[in-house]
Amino acid sequence: MLLEISDLDVYYGRIQALRGVSLSVDDGEIVTLIGANGAGKTTLLRALSGLRAVSRGTVTFEGKDITHERADLRVVHGISQAPEGRGIFPGMNVQENLEMGAYSRKDRKSKAYREDFDRVLGLFPRLAERRRQFGGTLSGGEQQMLTIGRALMSRPKVLLLDEPSMGLAPKLIQQIFTIVEEINQQGTTVLLVEQNAQQALSRAHRAYVMETGSIVKEGTGKALLADPAVKEAYLGVA
Amino acid sequence: MDFLLKNFWELTVTGLTQGSIYALVALGYTLVYGVLRLINFAHSEVFMVGTFGALFALEGMGLNANSDVTSASAAIGYLIVAALAAAAASGVTAVIVERVAYRPLRRRNAPTLVFLITAIGASLAMSEGFAIWRGRDNEAFPTVIDPKTQFKFFDASVSNLDILIFLTAIVMMFSLDTFMRRTRLGRGVRAVAQDPDSAALMGVNKNRVISLTFLLGGIMAGGAAILYGLRFGVTKYDVGFLLGVKAFTAAVLGGIGNLRGALIGGLALGLVENYGSAIVGSQWRDVVAYVTLVVVLMFRPTGILGESLGKARA
Repeated sequence: MLLEISDLDVYYGRIQALRGVSLSVDDGEIVTLIGANGAGKTTLLRALSGLRAVSRGTVTFEGKDITHERADLRVVHGISQAPEGRGIFPGMNVQENLEMGAYSRKDRKSKAYREDFDRVLGLFPRLAERRRQFGGTLSGGEQQMLTIGRALMSRPKVLLLDEPSMGLAPKLIQQIFTIVEEINQQGTTVLLVEQNAQQALSRAHRAYVMETGSIVKEGTGKALLADPAVKEAYLGVA
Repeated sequence: MDFLLKNFWELTVTGLTQGSIYALVALGYTLVYGVLRLINFAHSEVFMVGTFGALFALEGMGLNANSDVTSASAAIGYLIVAALAAAAASGVTAVIVERVAYRPLRRRNAPTLVFLITAIGASLAMSEGFAIWRGRDNEAFPTVIDPKTQFKFFDASVSNLDILIFLTAIVMMFSLDTFMRRTRLGRGVRAVAQDPDSAALMGVNKNRVISLTFLLGGIMAGGAAILYGLRFGVTKYDVGFLLGVKAFTAAVLGGIGNLRGALIGGLALGLVENYGSAIVGSQWRDVVAYVTLVVVLMFRPTGILGESLGKARA
Protein backbone atom coordinates (compact mmCIF):
# COMPACT_ATOMS: atom_id res chain seq x y z
CA MET A 1 0.00 0.00 0.00
CA LEU A 2 1.17 3.50 -0.83
CA LEU A 3 -0.99 5.20 1.77
CA GLU A 4 -2.52 3.41 4.71
CA ILE A 5 -4.78 5.04 7.27
CA SER A 6 -5.80 2.99 10.24
CA ASP A 7 -8.25 3.68 13.03
CA LEU A 8 -7.94 7.45 12.86
CA ASP A 9 -9.62 9.74 15.42
CA VAL A 10 -9.62 13.52 14.96
CA TYR A 11 -11.24 16.09 17.21
CA TYR A 12 -12.23 19.72 16.78
CA GLY A 13 -12.14 20.82 20.39
CA ARG A 14 -14.60 18.43 22.01
CA ILE A 15 -16.35 17.45 18.83
CA GLN A 16 -15.13 14.23 17.29
CA ALA A 17 -14.87 14.68 13.53
CA LEU A 18 -13.36 11.31 12.60
CA ARG A 19 -14.15 8.04 14.36
CA GLY A 20 -11.79 5.16 13.74
CA VAL A 21 -11.37 5.81 10.04
CA SER A 22 -9.40 3.18 8.12
CA LEU A 23 -8.69 3.55 4.43
CA SER A 24 -5.97 2.58 2.03
CA VAL A 25 -4.73 3.76 -1.34
CA ASP A 26 -2.60 1.56 -3.54
CA ASP A 27 -0.01 2.78 -6.00
CA GLY A 28 -1.61 3.84 -9.29
CA GLU A 29 -5.20 3.88 -8.08
CA ILE A 30 -7.94 6.47 -8.14
CA VAL A 31 -9.67 6.07 -4.80
CA THR A 32 -12.80 8.08 -4.14
CA LEU A 33 -14.30 9.12 -0.84
CA ILE A 34 -17.93 10.22 -1.06
CA GLY A 35 -20.23 11.50 1.64
CA ALA A 36 -22.57 14.32 2.58
CA ASN A 37 -21.53 17.76 3.73
CA GLY A 38 -19.97 17.57 7.18
CA ALA A 39 -19.28 13.85 7.02
CA GLY A 40 -15.58 14.49 7.74
CA LYS A 41 -14.08 14.14 4.26
CA THR A 42 -12.20 17.44 4.33
CA THR A 43 -11.04 16.75 7.88
CA LEU A 44 -9.52 13.48 6.72
CA LEU A 45 -7.59 15.21 3.92
CA ARG A 46 -6.42 17.94 6.31
CA ALA A 47 -5.18 15.27 8.70
CA LEU A 48 -3.38 13.51 5.84
CA SER A 49 -1.63 16.74 4.88
CA GLY A 50 -0.70 17.50 8.48
CA LEU A 51 -2.94 20.54 8.90
CA ARG A 52 -4.98 18.77 11.59
CA ALA A 53 -3.59 16.94 14.59
CA VAL A 54 -4.55 13.29 14.99
CA SER A 55 -5.60 12.01 18.43
CA ARG A 56 -5.46 8.28 17.75
CA GLY A 57 -4.58 5.93 14.92
CA THR A 58 -1.80 5.98 12.36
CA VAL A 59 -1.06 7.24 8.87
CA THR A 60 1.57 5.25 6.98
CA PHE A 61 3.04 6.43 3.69
CA GLU A 62 5.34 4.09 1.74
CA GLY A 63 5.71 2.01 4.88
CA LYS A 64 6.79 4.99 6.99
CA ASP A 65 4.74 6.26 9.92
CA ILE A 66 3.94 9.92 9.20
CA THR A 67 1.06 10.36 11.67
CA HIS A 68 2.76 13.28 13.41
CA GLU A 69 5.02 14.50 10.61
CA ARG A 70 5.17 18.25 9.93
CA ALA A 71 2.93 19.45 7.10
CA ASP A 72 5.76 20.88 4.97
CA LEU A 73 7.74 17.63 5.13
CA ARG A 74 4.81 15.56 3.87
CA VAL A 75 5.03 17.48 0.62
CA VAL A 76 8.68 16.48 0.37
CA HIS A 77 7.65 12.82 0.91
CA GLY A 78 5.24 13.08 -2.03
CA ILE A 79 1.82 13.94 -0.64
CA SER A 80 0.27 16.96 -2.31
CA GLN A 81 -3.16 18.45 -1.87
CA ALA A 82 -5.45 20.67 -3.92
CA PRO A 83 -7.56 21.98 -1.04
CA GLU A 84 -11.25 22.69 -0.82
CA GLY A 85 -12.09 26.29 -1.62
CA ARG A 86 -8.94 26.16 -3.73
CA GLY A 87 -6.57 28.20 -1.55
CA ILE A 88 -5.04 30.13 -4.43
CA PHE A 89 -2.55 32.85 -3.46
CA PRO A 90 -4.58 35.87 -4.56
CA GLY A 91 -1.66 38.29 -4.78
CA MET A 92 0.49 36.05 -6.95
CA ASN A 93 -0.04 35.54 -10.63
CA VAL A 94 -0.68 32.17 -12.25
CA GLN A 95 3.00 31.59 -12.93
CA GLU A 96 4.00 32.42 -9.34
CA ASN A 97 1.24 30.23 -7.95
CA LEU A 98 2.53 27.31 -9.99
CA GLU A 99 6.08 28.05 -8.87
CA MET A 100 4.88 27.98 -5.26
CA GLY A 101 3.71 24.43 -5.96
CA ALA A 102 7.34 23.50 -6.57
CA TYR A 103 8.57 25.27 -3.43
CA SER A 104 9.81 22.07 -1.82
CA ARG A 105 11.72 20.88 -4.89
CA LYS A 106 15.46 21.10 -5.03
CA ASP A 107 15.68 20.84 -8.84
CA ARG A 108 13.99 24.10 -9.79
CA LYS A 109 16.53 24.86 -12.48
CA SER A 110 16.47 21.41 -14.05
CA LYS A 111 15.00 20.03 -17.23
CA ALA A 112 12.62 17.80 -15.26
CA TYR A 113 11.20 20.88 -13.59
CA ARG A 114 10.56 22.63 -16.90
CA GLU A 115 8.97 19.48 -18.26
CA ASP A 116 6.60 19.33 -15.29
CA PHE A 117 5.77 22.95 -15.85
CA ASP A 118 4.99 22.27 -19.49
CA ARG A 119 3.00 19.18 -18.55
CA VAL A 120 0.75 21.23 -16.25
CA LEU A 121 0.27 23.90 -18.90
CA GLY A 122 -0.48 21.08 -21.35
CA LEU A 123 -3.17 19.69 -19.07
CA PHE A 124 -4.62 23.16 -18.52
CA PRO A 125 -4.08 25.32 -21.62
CA ARG A 126 -6.22 28.02 -20.01
CA LEU A 127 -3.53 28.57 -17.42
CA ALA A 128 -0.96 29.15 -20.14
CA GLU A 129 -3.16 31.93 -21.53
CA ARG A 130 -3.54 33.49 -18.09
CA ARG A 131 0.05 33.23 -16.90
CA ARG A 132 0.42 36.86 -15.83
CA GLN A 133 -3.04 37.18 -14.34
CA PHE A 134 -3.42 37.37 -10.56
CA GLY A 135 -4.89 34.42 -8.71
CA GLY A 136 -7.64 36.52 -7.17
CA THR A 137 -9.01 37.58 -10.57
CA LEU A 138 -9.49 34.11 -12.07
CA SER A 139 -12.88 32.47 -12.61
CA GLY A 140 -13.91 29.55 -10.42
CA GLY A 141 -13.02 26.98 -13.05
CA GLU A 142 -9.64 28.58 -13.71
CA GLN A 143 -8.88 28.65 -9.99
CA GLN A 144 -9.72 24.96 -9.78
CA MET A 145 -7.36 24.22 -12.65
CA LEU A 146 -4.68 26.32 -10.98
CA THR A 147 -5.06 24.59 -7.64
CA ILE A 148 -4.74 21.14 -9.25
CA GLY A 149 -1.86 22.25 -11.47
CA ARG A 150 -0.10 23.81 -8.50
CA ALA A 151 -0.45 20.59 -6.49
CA LEU A 152 1.11 18.66 -9.39
CA MET A 153 4.16 20.92 -9.48
CA SER A 154 5.65 19.18 -6.43
CA ARG A 155 5.66 15.93 -8.44
CA PRO A 156 3.55 14.09 -5.88
CA LYS A 157 3.25 10.34 -5.54
CA VAL A 158 -0.28 10.82 -4.30
CA LEU A 159 -2.54 13.74 -5.14
CA LEU A 160 -5.29 14.60 -2.68
CA LEU A 161 -8.20 16.37 -4.35
CA ASP A 162 -10.86 18.00 -2.21
CA GLU A 163 -14.10 18.53 -4.13
CA PRO A 164 -12.67 19.64 -7.45
CA SER A 165 -16.17 19.87 -8.94
CA MET A 166 -17.52 22.25 -6.32
CA GLY A 167 -19.26 25.30 -7.74
CA LEU A 168 -18.47 24.50 -11.36
CA ALA A 169 -20.78 24.31 -14.39
CA PRO A 170 -21.67 20.74 -15.54
CA LYS A 171 -19.55 20.96 -18.66
CA LEU A 172 -16.53 22.08 -16.68
CA ILE A 173 -17.10 19.29 -14.15
CA GLN A 174 -16.83 16.72 -16.95
CA GLN A 175 -13.63 18.35 -18.11
CA ILE A 176 -12.07 18.39 -14.65
CA PHE A 177 -12.85 14.71 -14.05
CA THR A 178 -11.39 13.79 -17.43
CA ILE A 179 -8.22 15.62 -16.50
CA VAL A 180 -8.10 13.81 -13.16
CA GLU A 181 -8.18 10.50 -15.06
CA GLU A 182 -5.45 11.77 -17.36
CA ILE A 183 -3.27 12.71 -14.40
CA ASN A 184 -3.79 9.24 -12.99
CA GLN A 185 -2.88 7.61 -16.31
CA GLN A 186 0.32 9.66 -16.35
CA GLY A 187 1.28 7.85 -13.16
CA THR A 188 0.00 9.85 -10.17
CA THR A 189 -2.08 8.10 -7.54
CA VAL A 190 -5.25 10.03 -6.68
CA LEU A 191 -7.39 10.23 -3.56
CA LEU A 192 -10.50 12.09 -4.59
CA VAL A 193 -13.05 13.51 -2.15
CA GLU A 194 -16.35 14.35 -3.78
CA GLN A 195 -20.01 15.12 -3.31
CA ASN A 196 -20.64 14.55 -6.99
CA ALA A 197 -20.92 10.80 -6.43
CA GLN A 198 -21.99 9.81 -9.95
CA GLN A 199 -18.91 11.26 -11.61
CA ALA A 200 -16.50 10.30 -8.87
CA LEU A 201 -17.62 6.67 -8.55
CA SER A 202 -17.69 6.06 -12.28
CA ARG A 203 -14.03 7.03 -12.57
CA ALA A 204 -12.70 5.43 -9.39
CA HIS A 205 -11.01 2.07 -9.06
CA ARG A 206 -12.16 1.80 -5.50
CA ALA A 207 -14.36 3.90 -3.28
CA TYR A 208 -15.40 4.55 0.31
CA VAL A 209 -18.58 6.07 1.72
CA MET A 210 -18.30 8.25 4.80
CA GLU A 211 -21.09 9.18 7.20
CA THR A 212 -20.70 11.30 10.34
CA GLY A 213 -17.01 10.64 10.68
CA SER A 214 -16.96 6.91 9.96
CA ILE A 215 -16.46 4.78 6.87
CA VAL A 216 -19.73 2.90 6.35
CA LYS A 217 -19.12 1.20 3.01
CA GLU A 218 -16.32 0.34 0.66
CA GLY A 219 -15.97 -1.43 -2.65
CA THR A 220 -15.06 -0.92 -6.28
CA GLY A 221 -16.44 2.20 -7.94
CA LYS A 222 -18.75 0.10 -10.09
CA ALA A 223 -20.09 -1.92 -7.15
CA LEU A 224 -20.95 1.19 -5.17
CA LEU A 225 -22.60 2.78 -8.22
CA ALA A 226 -24.88 -0.25 -8.35
CA ASP A 227 -25.49 -0.40 -4.60
CA PRO A 228 -29.15 0.44 -3.84
CA ALA A 229 -28.38 2.26 -0.58
CA VAL A 230 -25.71 4.39 -2.25
CA LYS A 231 -28.08 5.07 -5.13
CA GLU A 232 -30.74 6.33 -2.83
CA ALA A 233 -28.53 8.43 -0.57
CA TYR A 234 -26.01 9.87 -3.03
CA LEU A 235 -27.21 9.46 -6.58
CA GLY A 236 -30.72 10.78 -6.17
CA VAL A 237 -32.27 7.61 -7.54
CA ALA A 238 -35.07 5.96 -5.58
CA MET B 1 1.21 79.71 8.43
CA ASP B 2 3.78 82.31 7.60
CA PHE B 3 6.44 80.24 9.35
CA LEU B 4 5.45 77.19 7.35
CA LEU B 5 5.76 78.99 4.02
CA LYS B 6 9.03 80.62 4.93
CA ASN B 7 10.59 77.38 6.07
CA PHE B 8 8.74 74.98 3.81
CA TRP B 9 11.78 73.32 2.21
CA GLU B 10 13.72 73.16 5.45
CA LEU B 11 10.76 71.40 7.06
CA THR B 12 10.49 69.08 4.08
CA VAL B 13 14.09 67.94 4.43
CA THR B 14 13.72 67.39 8.18
CA GLY B 15 10.42 65.60 7.65
CA LEU B 16 11.86 63.25 5.07
CA THR B 17 14.85 62.27 7.18
CA GLN B 18 12.73 61.66 10.28
CA GLY B 19 10.19 59.90 8.13
CA SER B 20 12.91 57.60 6.76
CA ILE B 21 13.66 56.40 10.29
CA TYR B 22 9.95 55.92 11.02
CA ALA B 23 9.58 53.96 7.80
CA LEU B 24 12.42 51.55 8.58
CA VAL B 25 10.95 50.77 11.98
CA ALA B 26 7.44 50.58 10.52
CA LEU B 27 8.57 47.74 8.24
CA GLY B 28 9.04 45.53 11.29
CA TYR B 29 5.47 46.09 12.45
CA THR B 30 4.10 45.56 8.99
CA LEU B 31 6.08 42.37 8.27
CA VAL B 32 5.03 40.65 11.47
CA TYR B 33 1.46 41.82 11.11
CA GLY B 34 1.31 40.55 7.54
CA VAL B 35 2.36 37.05 8.53
CA LEU B 36 0.92 36.62 12.04
CA ARG B 37 -1.81 39.30 12.24
CA LEU B 38 -0.02 40.32 15.42
CA ILE B 39 1.03 43.78 16.54
CA ASN B 40 4.48 43.16 17.95
CA PHE B 41 4.71 45.85 20.61
CA ALA B 42 8.14 44.56 21.56
CA HIS B 43 9.43 45.88 18.23
CA SER B 44 10.17 49.28 19.81
CA GLU B 45 12.65 47.52 22.10
CA VAL B 46 14.12 45.63 19.17
CA PHE B 47 14.98 49.09 17.87
CA MET B 48 16.29 50.21 21.27
CA VAL B 49 18.64 47.21 21.49
CA GLY B 50 19.91 48.17 18.02
CA THR B 51 20.87 51.66 19.18
CA PHE B 52 22.91 50.12 21.99
CA GLY B 53 24.44 47.64 19.56
CA ALA B 54 25.66 50.55 17.43
CA LEU B 55 26.84 52.50 20.47
CA PHE B 56 28.81 49.56 21.90
CA ALA B 57 30.38 48.87 18.53
CA LEU B 58 31.56 52.48 18.22
CA GLU B 59 32.87 52.49 21.78
CA GLY B 60 34.51 49.13 21.17
CA MET B 61 36.45 50.68 18.30
CA GLY B 62 37.83 53.24 20.75
CA LEU B 63 35.47 56.13 20.08
CA ASN B 64 33.77 58.13 22.81
CA ALA B 65 31.45 61.14 22.96
CA ASN B 66 34.38 63.52 22.60
CA SER B 67 36.09 61.81 19.70
CA ASP B 68 36.48 63.62 16.47
CA VAL B 69 36.49 61.53 13.33
CA THR B 70 38.16 63.59 10.67
CA SER B 71 38.88 61.34 7.72
CA ALA B 72 36.00 60.27 5.54
CA SER B 73 37.31 56.75 5.01
CA ALA B 74 37.59 56.17 8.76
CA ALA B 75 34.05 57.45 9.22
CA ILE B 76 32.76 55.03 6.59
CA GLY B 77 34.60 52.16 8.27
CA TYR B 78 33.14 53.01 11.67
CA LEU B 79 29.68 53.35 10.21
CA ILE B 80 29.72 50.01 8.44
CA VAL B 81 30.82 48.18 11.58
CA ALA B 82 28.29 50.02 13.74
CA ALA B 83 25.50 49.39 11.24
CA LEU B 84 26.28 45.68 11.12
CA ALA B 85 26.38 45.55 14.92
CA ALA B 86 23.03 47.33 15.17
CA ALA B 87 21.43 45.07 12.56
CA ALA B 88 22.78 41.96 14.27
CA ALA B 89 21.68 43.13 17.72
CA SER B 90 18.16 44.01 16.56
CA GLY B 91 17.78 41.01 14.29
CA VAL B 92 18.85 38.52 16.94
CA THR B 93 16.69 40.23 19.57
CA ALA B 94 13.64 40.03 17.31
CA VAL B 95 14.18 36.33 16.64
CA ILE B 96 14.66 35.60 20.33
CA VAL B 97 11.46 37.51 21.22
CA GLU B 98 9.58 35.37 18.73
CA ARG B 99 11.04 32.15 20.06
CA VAL B 100 10.61 32.93 23.73
CA ALA B 101 7.42 34.97 23.81
CA TYR B 102 5.28 34.06 20.82
CA ARG B 103 6.09 30.57 19.59
CA PRO B 104 5.02 28.80 22.79
CA LEU B 105 1.70 30.63 22.57
CA ARG B 106 1.26 29.66 18.95
CA ARG B 107 1.86 26.03 19.79
CA ARG B 108 -0.97 26.24 22.31
CA ASN B 109 -3.29 28.13 19.95
CA ALA B 110 -3.57 30.99 22.41
CA PRO B 111 -6.20 33.67 21.72
CA THR B 112 -5.14 36.96 20.13
CA LEU B 113 -5.50 38.92 23.35
CA VAL B 114 -2.89 36.75 25.05
CA PHE B 115 -0.40 37.53 22.28
CA LEU B 116 -1.07 41.22 22.69
CA ILE B 117 -0.51 41.17 26.44
CA THR B 118 2.63 39.08 25.98
CA ALA B 119 3.90 41.63 23.47
CA ILE B 120 3.40 44.47 25.92
CA GLY B 121 5.04 42.41 28.66
CA ALA B 122 8.06 41.61 26.50
CA SER B 123 8.38 45.29 25.61
CA LEU B 124 8.34 46.42 29.23
CA ALA B 125 10.69 43.66 30.35
CA MET B 126 13.30 44.62 27.80
CA SER B 127 13.20 48.37 28.38
CA GLU B 128 13.23 47.97 32.16
CA GLY B 129 16.02 45.42 31.85
CA PHE B 130 18.11 47.99 29.99
CA ALA B 131 17.16 50.66 32.54
CA ILE B 132 18.55 48.48 35.32
CA TRP B 133 21.67 47.60 33.36
CA ARG B 134 22.48 50.97 31.79
CA GLY B 135 20.65 53.42 34.08
CA ARG B 136 17.93 55.83 33.06
CA ASP B 137 20.06 58.65 31.67
CA ASN B 138 20.98 59.44 28.12
CA GLU B 139 24.15 57.92 26.74
CA ALA B 140 25.87 59.99 24.09
CA PHE B 141 26.94 58.68 20.71
CA PRO B 142 30.36 59.60 19.31
CA THR B 143 30.11 62.09 16.48
CA VAL B 144 31.05 59.98 13.50
CA ILE B 145 29.59 62.30 10.92
CA ASP B 146 29.73 66.02 11.44
CA PRO B 147 26.73 67.38 9.50
CA LYS B 148 27.92 69.67 6.73
CA THR B 149 25.73 71.29 4.14
CA GLN B 150 26.25 69.58 0.82
CA PHE B 151 23.84 71.46 -1.39
CA LYS B 152 20.75 73.62 -1.37
CA PHE B 153 17.40 72.08 -2.11
CA PHE B 154 15.44 75.22 -3.08
CA ASP B 155 16.33 77.31 -0.02
CA ALA B 156 16.89 74.40 2.37
CA SER B 157 20.34 73.18 3.17
CA VAL B 158 20.82 69.45 2.86
CA SER B 159 23.59 67.92 4.94
CA ASN B 160 25.67 64.82 4.31
CA LEU B 161 23.81 63.21 7.22
CA ASP B 162 20.40 63.94 5.67
CA ILE B 163 21.53 62.34 2.45
CA LEU B 164 22.96 59.30 4.23
CA ILE B 165 19.77 58.72 6.25
CA PHE B 166 17.44 59.07 3.29
CA LEU B 167 19.52 56.93 0.94
CA THR B 168 20.17 54.19 3.50
CA ALA B 169 16.45 53.90 4.23
CA ILE B 170 15.52 53.78 0.55
CA VAL B 171 18.20 51.21 -0.30
CA MET B 172 17.25 48.97 2.64
CA MET B 173 13.58 49.09 1.72
CA PHE B 174 14.23 48.46 -1.92
CA SER B 175 16.38 45.44 -1.05
CA LEU B 176 13.67 44.06 1.22
CA ASP B 177 11.01 44.54 -1.45
CA THR B 178 13.17 42.77 -4.03
CA PHE B 179 13.91 39.94 -1.62
CA MET B 180 10.18 39.42 -1.08
CA ARG B 181 9.36 39.39 -4.76
CA ARG B 182 12.30 37.55 -6.27
CA THR B 183 13.65 34.97 -3.86
CA ARG B 184 12.20 31.62 -2.92
CA LEU B 185 12.20 32.44 0.80
CA GLY B 186 10.60 35.82 0.14
CA ARG B 187 7.83 34.11 -1.75
CA GLY B 188 7.43 31.69 1.13
CA VAL B 189 6.82 34.69 3.40
CA ARG B 190 4.25 36.11 0.99
CA ALA B 191 2.56 32.73 0.70
CA VAL B 192 2.17 32.43 4.47
CA ALA B 193 0.82 35.98 4.60
CA GLN B 194 -1.76 35.24 1.90
CA ASP B 195 -2.91 31.80 3.02
CA PRO B 196 -1.04 29.99 5.80
CA ASP B 197 -2.71 26.62 5.19
CA SER B 198 -2.07 26.67 1.47
CA ALA B 199 1.52 27.68 2.15
CA ALA B 200 1.96 24.60 4.35
CA LEU B 201 0.48 22.47 1.57
CA MET B 202 3.19 23.83 -0.76
CA GLY B 203 5.85 22.63 1.67
CA VAL B 204 6.57 25.99 3.31
CA ASN B 205 7.87 25.60 6.86
CA LYS B 206 5.74 28.14 8.69
CA ASN B 207 7.93 28.45 11.76
CA ARG B 208 10.97 29.14 9.64
CA VAL B 209 9.10 31.79 7.69
CA ILE B 210 7.98 33.43 10.93
CA SER B 211 11.55 33.49 12.28
CA LEU B 212 12.73 34.97 9.01
CA THR B 213 10.05 37.63 9.18
CA PHE B 214 11.16 38.70 12.64
CA LEU B 215 14.80 38.64 11.55
CA LEU B 216 14.12 40.89 8.54
CA GLY B 217 12.03 43.30 10.62
CA GLY B 218 14.83 43.36 13.19
CA ILE B 219 17.50 44.11 10.60
CA MET B 220 15.43 47.04 9.31
CA ALA B 221 15.05 48.31 12.89
CA GLY B 222 18.81 47.96 13.32
CA GLY B 223 19.32 50.16 10.25
CA ALA B 224 16.98 52.70 11.78
CA ALA B 225 18.86 52.47 15.08
CA ILE B 226 22.26 53.48 13.70
CA LEU B 227 20.68 56.31 11.69
CA TYR B 228 18.85 57.48 14.80
CA GLY B 229 22.07 57.44 16.79
CA LEU B 230 23.83 59.54 14.13
CA ARG B 231 21.03 62.03 13.91
CA PHE B 232 19.99 62.49 17.55
CA GLY B 233 23.28 61.55 19.18
CA VAL B 234 21.81 59.88 22.28
CA THR B 235 20.04 56.74 23.37
CA LYS B 236 18.58 55.24 26.57
CA TYR B 237 16.34 52.44 27.72
CA ASP B 238 13.06 54.04 26.58
CA VAL B 239 14.30 55.48 23.28
CA GLY B 240 12.06 53.02 21.42
CA PHE B 241 8.83 53.98 23.09
CA LEU B 242 7.73 57.13 21.29
CA LEU B 243 9.54 56.14 18.10
CA GLY B 244 7.82 52.77 18.18
CA VAL B 245 4.42 54.36 18.59
CA LYS B 246 5.19 56.72 15.70
CA ALA B 247 6.46 53.91 13.49
CA PHE B 248 3.40 51.82 14.26
CA THR B 249 1.29 54.85 13.35
CA ALA B 250 3.22 55.15 10.10
CA ALA B 251 2.57 51.47 9.34
CA VAL B 252 -1.16 51.89 9.90
CA LEU B 253 -1.20 55.15 7.96
CA GLY B 254 0.39 53.52 4.94
CA GLY B 255 -1.67 50.34 5.23
CA ILE B 256 -0.44 47.77 7.73
CA GLY B 257 0.82 44.57 6.16
CA ASN B 258 2.01 46.46 3.10
CA LEU B 259 5.77 47.03 2.69
CA ARG B 260 5.50 50.02 0.39
CA GLY B 261 2.80 51.37 2.67
CA ALA B 262 5.37 51.50 5.48
CA LEU B 263 7.62 53.69 3.34
CA ILE B 264 4.83 56.02 2.30
CA GLY B 265 3.33 56.09 5.79
CA GLY B 266 6.70 56.85 7.38
CA LEU B 267 7.58 59.68 5.02
CA ALA B 268 4.04 61.10 5.18
CA LEU B 269 4.10 61.06 8.96
CA GLY B 270 7.50 62.77 9.08
CA LEU B 271 6.31 65.51 6.74
CA VAL B 272 2.93 66.04 8.39
CA GLU B 273 4.52 66.32 11.83
CA ASN B 274 6.95 68.94 10.68
CA TYR B 275 4.48 70.96 8.62
CA GLY B 276 1.87 70.66 11.36
CA SER B 277 4.13 71.80 14.15
CA ALA B 278 5.18 74.75 12.01
CA ILE B 279 1.55 75.81 11.77
CA VAL B 280 0.24 75.21 15.28
CA GLY B 281 3.47 75.12 17.29
CA SER B 282 5.92 72.32 17.93
CA GLN B 283 4.33 71.35 21.25
CA TRP B 284 1.44 70.03 19.14
CA ARG B 285 3.67 67.83 16.98
CA ASP B 286 2.34 64.49 18.27
CA VAL B 287 -1.25 65.70 18.28
CA VAL B 288 -0.95 66.68 14.64
CA ALA B 289 0.38 63.21 13.83
CA TYR B 290 -2.54 61.44 15.45
CA VAL B 291 -5.22 63.77 14.14
CA THR B 292 -3.86 63.03 10.67
CA LEU B 293 -3.99 59.33 11.34
CA VAL B 294 -7.60 59.50 12.50
CA VAL B 295 -8.64 61.60 9.53
CA VAL B 296 -6.94 59.29 7.03
CA LEU B 297 -8.47 56.22 8.62
CA MET B 298 -11.92 57.82 8.49
CA PHE B 299 -11.71 57.98 4.71
CA ARG B 300 -9.42 55.01 4.08
CA PRO B 301 -9.82 52.53 6.92
CA THR B 302 -7.09 50.27 5.55
CA GLY B 303 -4.54 53.09 5.23
CA ILE B 304 -3.13 54.91 2.21
CA LEU B 305 -2.15 51.85 0.16
CA GLY B 306 -4.35 49.49 2.11
CA GLU B 307 -3.38 46.10 0.74
CA SER B 308 -1.88 43.42 2.85
CA LEU B 309 1.71 42.20 2.49
CA GLY B 310 0.42 39.12 0.77
CA LYS B 311 -1.84 40.87 -1.63
CA ALA B 312 0.66 43.54 -2.57
CA ARG B 313 0.79 43.08 -6.29
CA ALA B 314 4.24 43.98 -7.35
